[in-house]
Amino acid sequence: MNVKFGVVTFPGSNCDFDAYYAVKEVLGNKAEQLWHKENDLKNSDVIILPGGFSYGDYLRTGAIARFSPILESVIEFADKGGIVIGICNGFQILLEAGLLPGVMLRNESLKFICKDVHLSVQTRNNIFTKDIKQDIIKIPMKHGEGNYFADEETLKELNKNDQIVFKYCSPDGEIDGRFNPNGSQQNIAGIINKKKNILGMMPHPENACDPILRKTDGSFIFKSVVQSLLN
Amino acid sequence: MYKATVIIKRRPKILDPQGKAVEQGAKLLGFNNVDHTRIGKYIEFNVNTDDHILAEKEVKEYCEKLLANPIMEDFEYSLEKV
Repeated sequence: MNVKFGVVTFPGSNCDFDAYYAVKEVLGNKAEQLWHKENDLKNSDVIILPGGFSYGDYLRTGAIARFSPILESVIEFADKGGIVIGICNGFQILLEAGLLPGVMLRNESLKFICKDVHLSVQTRNNIFTKDIKQDIIKIPMKHGEGNYFADEETLKELNKNDQIVFKYCSPDGEIDGRFNPNGSQQNIAGIINKKKNILGMMPHPENACDPILRKTDGSFIFKSVVQSLLN
Repeated sequence: MYKATVIIKRRPKILDPQGKAVEQGAKLLGFNNVDHTRIGKYIEFNVNTDDHILAEKEVKEYCEKLLANPIMEDFEYSLEKV
């Protein structure tokens, strides 16, 4: 059996092909590209909402993509337990759609930041990180609005239910404000929903898969999902 | 027909990095009394009905579902018959 990834393209997505290339050409899975105006997920096992600037980030990041026809199908798929990964703009869309709690604010520095970051793997209670052996992974981030914000009650819930998956950290795993690139609360870089079938993360695992780039830590996340689905 | 104007404000507790940066500029220009700069949005549109109750309902829903994100923003609107 092969796992099939469906990668959605919105007008303004720019990491859709990177994600498609990573899961298909580099990691050897099946993959389909899905257009935002369609509502057929083409029997995908995993849906990726990619990075970019869907609808020009007009109004708020992800606010308009959230009402695309394909999103209706993605929400239905997710409600039934389907696996969804939102990366960067995809994470912002998941927040706007209410599939994950919280919002993204402008980076504290007001700068668009593009660099490799270290992430501390906070939990392995889910299919996305279950098979990641390392405690710290290094993958690139590239965003202007990745400053995660949620009210105190939501943060408490996230902690209580073990929903915080990745935190920005130092190369040796120290989680501190000094290693927080964008002002995110509690250094949050990625979270999952309560049912643990939806992952939202700001850094880009698809850009750290191909060995030619000399960084492959991002592949661990996709491999972990595939492994869990095959078992 | 009604003309609707909507003002969207960031909730007081939510950080506004843009407002902060603009305020730094204000200080550099010598506006020393300027404080608490917050940046929001102003949106206007027409509502094609003469039924005030219906117009108000539509504007409110438009704000709640799309124009504002209730987690971080509050909105105010007004309707003017045109």
